Amino acid sequence: MQDPLAFIIAVSHIASAIALLNGFLVAIGQARIASAAIESMARQPEASDSIRGAMFISLGMAETGGIYGLLISFVMLFANPLVQIYLQNR
Amino acid sequence: MDFNIDNLWVLQVGGQEVWITRTILNTWIIMAFLIVAAIVINVLLRNPSSTPKGLQNAMEMIVEVFDGMLKTAIDPGIMYVGNWYFSVFAFILVSNFSGVLGFRPPTADWATTFALAMATLILIQVVGIRHRKGEYIKEFFSPNFVFFPLNLIGELARPISLSFRLFGNILGGMILMTLVYSLAPIFVRIFFPVFLHAIFDIFFGALQTYIFCVISLTFVGAAAGVVSGNAE
Repeated sequence: MQDPLAFIIAVSHIASAIALLNGFLVAIGQARIASAAIESMARQPEASDSIRGAMFISLGMAETGGIYGLLISFVMLFANPLVQIYLQNR
Repeated sequence: MDFNIDNLWVLQVGGQEVWITRTILNTWIIMAFLIVAAIVINVLLRNPSSTPKGLQNAMEMIVEVFDGMLKTAIDPGIMYVGNWYFSVFAFILVSNFSGVLGFRPPTADWATTFALAMATLILIQVVGIRHRKGEYIKEFFSPNFVFFPLNLIGELARPISLSFRLFGNILGGMILMTLVYSLAPIFVRIFFPVFLHAIFDIFFGALQTYIFCVISLTFVGAAAGVVSGNAE
């Protein structure tokens, strides 16, 4: 291996891209929540206020998974711990 | 291109270094704004009229909307937590919106959101023990005392998920805005960011504020249980 630092940085960028892939599943989950909420709103328009509140809470809950992936990707890009470990042990 | 929280001053307090970061400065600016706004509104509405109009109408609308939000999430017996959550709501909303003016939003720092979420955790325990006493503590040992570590971890995961949700949304918006401002060509920078500000600062900021407050209130309401019977 010519330059271990370049290898670490390249792998971190690939890892941050993989960490963002969980947005795929989060989007599917949120779409299912929204479609179920809209369906029940169409069936029972008088209950739409309480359904909307429950929908926002569930959307927020489902979004947490995506946010974790986003944060891991940010850490890999801007505050990479592996580079610091390498620089300390060189 | 700088996403870091820069350190402005270092104070020496009893041999300890205290860092005054940009987050703390912006928090104090927002607090000053909120306090001045509260005093001004209090002075202007010293003599409320029975037929509200103008400023009084707007304020009553805000309070009514917030009370409606409270009533859907918690029991009428613990409406007193509404005072704290209205302050939290106003603070998070103003700090998210402050990104429009070019501030670094204090909520884009994990320390701020984690402090707010820890306050929620403490409030959950206090309200739970106050209103259900032994029954609430027994819930940690249900269905069996072997499950105590699992229940404890589940309890401690709440502030982490609450704080990371708000922090990640605001930080993501801020990093995207910084990238657009520093990398885009100069003619894109003039008009285009208005739409990004509208989405990331205004829309996501308001939505995340709402979600933070509603989920916290749901946790607090679930901890207190049904208390309408002995309401004041």
